[in-house]
Amino acid sequence: MRIRAQVAMVMNLDKCIGCHTCTVTCKQVWTNRPGLEYVYFNNVETKPGIGYPKRYEDQEHWKGGWTLDGKGRLQLKSGSRLKRLLSIFYNPNLPTIDDYGDPWTYNYQHVIDAPLGTANPSAHSISALTGRDMDMQWGSNWDDDLAGSTRYGMTDPNLANLQEKVRMDFEQVFMFYLPRICEHCLNPSCVASCPSGAMYKRVEDGIVLVDQDRCRGWRFCVSGCPYKKVYFNHRTGKAEKCTLCYPRIESGQPTICSETCVGRLRYLGLFLYDADRVLDAAATPDPHDLYEAQLSVFLDPDDPEVQREAAAQGISADWLDAARRSPVYQLAVRHRVALPLHPEYRTLPMVWYIPPLSPVADVVSAAGYDDLDPDSVFATIDALRIPIEYLANLFTAGDPEPVRRVLRKLATIRSVQRAGQLGFEPNEKLAATVDSDLDELDDLYRLLAIAKYEDRYVIPKAHAEDAGRLALQHEQLFCSLDGEGGPGMGGHGPWGVEDFHAGTAPHGDSGSTQTFRGDDGREHFNLFGWNGSGPTPHLFPGEDPA
Amino acid sequence: MWWWVVLPYVAMVIFIVGHIWRWRYDQFGWTSRSTQLQERRLLKWGAPLFHYATFAAIGGHVLGILIPKAWTEAIGIPEGVYTEFSGIAGSLAAIGVLIGAGFLVFRRTTIPRVRATTSMVDYLALILLGIIVILGIYLTLGVQALGGGYDYRNSVSIWFRSLFTGNVDVGAINAAPVMYQVHATAAWVIFAVWPFSRLVHAWSYPLWYLWRPYVVYRSRRPVAPNEPGTTGRRWRKIGSGY
Repeated sequence: MRIRAQVAMVMNLDKCIGCHTCTVTCKQVWTNRPGLEYVYFNNVETKPGIGYPKRYEDQEHWKGGWTLDGKGRLQLKSGSRLKRLLSIFYNPNLPTIDDYGDPWTYNYQHVIDAPLGTANPSAHSISALTGRDMDMQWGSNWDDDLAGSTRYGMTDPNLANLQEKVRMDFEQVFMFYLPRICEHCLNPSCVASCPSGAMYKRVEDGIVLVDQDRCRGWRFCVSGCPYKKVYFNHRTGKAEKCTLCYPRIESGQPTICSETCVGRLRYLGLFLYDADRVLDAAATPDPHDLYEAQLSVFLDPDDPEVQREAAAQGISADWLDAARRSPVYQLAVRHRVALPLHPEYRTLPMVWYIPPLSPVADVVSAAGYDDLDPDSVFATIDALRIPIEYLANLFTAGDPEPVRRVLRKLATIRSVQRAGQLGFEPNEKLAATVDSDLDELDDLYRLLAIAKYEDRYVIPKAHAEDAGRLALQHEQLFCSLDGEGGPGMGGHGPWGVEDFHAGTAPHGDSGSTQTFRGDDGREHFNLFGWNGSGPTPHLFPGEDPA
Repeated sequence: MWWWVVLPYVAMVIFIVGHIWRWRYDQFGWTSRSTQLQERRLLKWGAPLFHYATFAAIGGHVLGILIPKAWTEAIGIPEGVYTEFSGIAGSLAAIGVLIGAGFLVFRRTTIPRVRATTSMVDYLALILLGIIVILGIYLTLGVQALGGGYDYRNSVSIWFRSLFTGNVDVGAINAAPVMYQVHATAAWVIFAVWPFSRLVHAWSYPLWYLWRPYVVYRSRRPVAPNEPGTTGRRWRKIGSGY
């Protein structure tokens, strides 16, 4: 037994309102650089929908993830290692930028320079790649909120074999949002695909990263990832991916997508798992058994045997304590309400989802059922084959049973809580129908509905005692991301809420370094990074500070 | 003659020192800088054809330039067989390079998305490669295969190998036709440009991937960061477009 810790995430899809705040903050922090215009480490998809890049879930086309060969052994879906080396000059499975959406900006200068007149000038879209005029054809969110789904919706790979049952008519449609980041898999196929050995999984916290100095731009990680969450920076010629905001995680803070989530639907915590069992679990023959196989990899942090062994293998006491309080372990293993995204890819993804009850509940109400009555909700959950089978295609390799069980549990929580609110006696028998009891359902209710900050995010700080005095001295000077060309770009370390104080500048004063000489020869003030209260020399033309 | 002694040695020194320097200071810029993301239909045919034909051409050069004529004759390969083989194989490689490079040059110069990623060093390397390739094709097809033929193994090869013995045989290369001389000169220039261009990706062909475990683990080992200003990329202009 090799015990390792993994920082994992759970998202409660019932709470996602599709506001894209996570996407925007992630974009601002990580991918607002040239070469990554088309890249979203975090994106929110409307389901049913074809996703970003187009139809990325269709592995018969893109060949991402793992598969089993004739003898039941695990093999990359794109073929053998030799096949990849031979196709290194042209990767047959790589999406093009049109599959993600040709990034565009606008010719704002045209508007600014427009002469006085009656006609309003308009900013035409120009390609961020070439600077030429372009017509927008596709983007990362083209089918947001089912826009254009009469054209695209039916091509969602998760709707395979469901087409004749699903209606895209406005009255009968169902939808929900699926926020996606890198899964930081236990068996990452991107890492296995990288011929340079530049991609790696961190031993301590399981975060999957790209070594920018070792990457040679062979781009097999991009095609190897079934979730298409590794991206090719077309300016630097290197692969980049979601880092799970490791500088924040190391300092005990949640990722920026979690921190800024309006719906507070994200949970971050530790799994303890047995690294020796990973490959066996990934090679489970029947895809329907993969969900249970993934659960079997996790170790119970309350088991004294596990605790003893983990301590012996060097997992520190505060990490063990965090594992015991981990909300992701509670949701995924103890209560079994969180499910992995596409376990059939056999990568053992580490971002799990609580399937949404809302589309079901909506249909229940629309059908005239009384959704206050749990029996009718249960009946409808069973009768509503379409959303359930769709969710099963997403989360359990097509096995509807676990999804049905989760939705029943979520419906039961609502029912029990409603009874409590109305002063009725909570129904112990109802809890028993979902293999639970009232105490456990109450725990789950608190975790899902009240969801305090410190309950959602239980992140132990990284241990840096052995970093040495020199490193510590340096970290006070600059951030570890500041390597030349790195994403830090000379920025500052992660800031918590407590670091901000009204009226003081977190980044020092907005002094003379924040001015620059523009193309017009005039000094300008750089508003980027301005603290909002300091002096702003040269902000306006003609201003000549003494 | 200086041209045939100094230039090769200068090129060799730049080649070696330049690679060491680039390896130490510009790991981040060391990449193939693929443009498959921007354009795939032309690359699908051009890139494999160009690369595999180039491998064949390099193999042919090893056979023709590095290996002395006496050796091949010693193991019983008569001159006629060598000429026949090198003529046919060389022609195939030359045609492959010609078509492959044609695809690649076409997409690099006419597809706006690809052209936008092209830097000045890329153009320099491309022009030098173009000279070498076109001359090489002329020499292989025009002189060896269809023309009268010329035994470069008695002149160019002897000069080339003599560069590594320290006792350079300038007379040998002076005796060669002028097109061989231009071909050789352009080759030395590109060796000098090599470490500063994207051509360095040739040394990164990841053969050891075949024997590596699939999933790579690394420890989060805190290392002391370098002193500001003592490291980092010294040649931002080279290799990446910004």
